[in-house]
Amino acid sequence: MNWLTNFVRPKLRALVARKETPDNLWVKCPKCEQMLFTRDWEANQEVCNHCGHHMRLRPLKRLPHLFDEGKYELHPLPRVNADPLKFRDTKRYDARLKEAQAKAEGTTDALVVASGLMGSRLSIVALLDFGFMGGSMGTAVGEGLVMAADLAVARKAPLIVFSASGGARMQEGILSLMQLTRTTIAVRKVKEAGLPYIVVLTDPTTGGVSASFAMLGDVHIAEPDAIIGFAGPRVIQDTIRQELPPGFQRSEYLLEHGMVDAVVHRHKLRETLIRMVSLFMDPLVVDNRPLAVTSSR
Amino acid sequence: MTTYLDFEKPIAELEGKIAELRHLPNSGDVDIAEEVMRLQDKAHKQIRATYAKLTPWQRVQVARHAERPHAQAYIDRLITDYTPLAGDRAFGEDAAIVGGMGRLQGRSIVVLGQQKGDDTESRIKHNFGMARPEGYRKAQRLMRLADRFKLPVLTLVDTPGAYPGIEAEARGQAEAIASSIETCLGLGVPLVSVVIGEGGSGGALAIASSDRVYMLENSVYSVITPEGCASILWRNNANAQDAAEAMKVTAADLKKLDVIDEVIPEPMGGAHRAPDETIDVVGRVVGEAIAELAKLDGDTLRQRRQDKFLAMGKKGL
Ligand SMILES: [Zn+2]
Repeated sequence: MNWLTNFVRPKLRALVARKETPDNLWVKCPKCEQMLFTRDWEANQEVCNHCGHHMRLRPLKRLPHLFDEGKYELHPLPRVNADPLKFRDTKRYDARLKEAQAKAEGTTDALVVASGLMGSRLSIVALLDFGFMGGSMGTAVGEGLVMAADLAVARKAPLIVFSASGGARMQEGILSLMQLTRTTIAVRKVKEAGLPYIVVLTDPTTGGVSASFAMLGDVHIAEPDAIIGFAGPRVIQDTIRQELPPGFQRSEYLLEHGMVDAVVHRHKLRETLIRMVSLFMDPLVVDNRPLAVTSSR
Repeated sequence: MTTYLDFEKPIAELEGKIAELRHLPNSGDVDIAEEVMRLQDKAHKQIRATYAKLTPWQRVQVARHAERPHAQAYIDRLITDYTPLAGDRAFGEDAAIVGGMGRLQGRSIVVLGQQKGDDTESRIKHNFGMARPEGYRKAQRLMRLADRFKLPVLTLVDTPGAYPGIEAEARGQAEAIASSIETCLGLGVPLVSVVIGEGGSGGALAIASSDRVYMLENSVYSVITPEGCASILWRNNANAQDAAEAMKVTAADLKKLDVIDEVIPEPMGGAHRAPDETIDVVGRVVGEAIAELAKLDGDTLRQRRQDKFLAMGKKGL
């Protein structure tokens, strides 16, 4: 240890710590209401270490936990016609979009595309960002998924998608609906190239995203307790006017109903994805264990 | 008995007067006959004027008009040797999507239509055109059947949306719609769609990711109902009119955005005033489209269909 780590670092830290308010030092788990030390919580990939609740993890925070040595490359989304309808509700859509971009620190829409090594294999990962306008899918997200699929095909890499979305971006009207077909085309390209397409469903995945690429994986993995469905729970309740069953539209419910292959803890995702992709793409590996000899008698 | 929409009040009054005069015991008198003719002419002009400048929200109402011809009416009038087919071979039969085989102008095709129903009983039977997963899985089954026998597919779109219910979710509504879109894209046969009334979001697109998508002049097609959009973005259902305008839901706007291929004109005063005439025009248009597309091989069809959707969004209004 040199003087820098011993002396300067703690001092610097003390300096920073003094500015920290209790607000960002501690995080309250929305499920068990325990107070969690922010740094532990972040190191824990925003999973509560008391009750195991998985909080919504934004793409830029998730990426380092996925790739070998936390190293990856970001691929900017293609430029698109940002406000094709000149949409306006109580506010202009282009203003809302700019606001979301300003808060997003570098990302331009509700999708982040990255590539890097996972288990020493180049992999393409596309992650929806619920923190960006509710992860809603408009032209930019659709175009980003098409780009991610093209990258996977060009590099002969698996495509892994993390979904988190309230649905289509209404402010782009019919063009947001068309992204259901456009992203399905993207998925078809990957499948036709014989490459694995794996979807990790995270909280929440509903509407147009669930009714397109998020439900078309070769394999569907869900994070625990995520809301996954077509119609949002409120829409269903308003339509049928009866109580929803406990656990309705949660990952475990979908597992029970045959819609996902496995519910996997966030800490096990990386190794699960690497193993699955290897099973698809490495049809034969060296196995040096002696063959078991079973007596027939 | 015609049902008049709110904005059709002047038309309703004129036509009401005409009916009254005709029921008079001396309705054969020359001066009464002349008055009827005069009023008819006036009503005619009123209809023309009203329908020449419908707002998007008024079109939504026309698209949902109870007397507007529904999918089954098209099938009954256009398809000979119609042979309905039922069931998804997994769970059940969903009457929200009707369909089967038959001949359009002599050509054997598979036809699918979202059926809203024409009276209370049939509306309940067809669940107001809101399909459950079984409906979309039946649609996939029939599309694959068509593919196997190289038969073109015609789909008639008319739904408020896919049904939002507990059992629909339990059986994978999202997956059923997603797979249906995937099935459309994989077809090696012509796939032609017509939005005849309401194109309600993913529930509509599930059977309309097609080579050609037509819309009747007064039909609408949108990512969410104007009421739904208003309640989310304006936090008030009453802003449905504003939402209908902002979202660009009309056939003319969607044509401008290159999201649909062509607008099919309706008879004056809307399809509900002349159902047979409307259906015949649709029959001619889709017949020609299918004949044209049938000359292309499967790979070309798939490639062109894919390219068409990938090109969408480049053009704004
Ligand atoms: Zn907790």
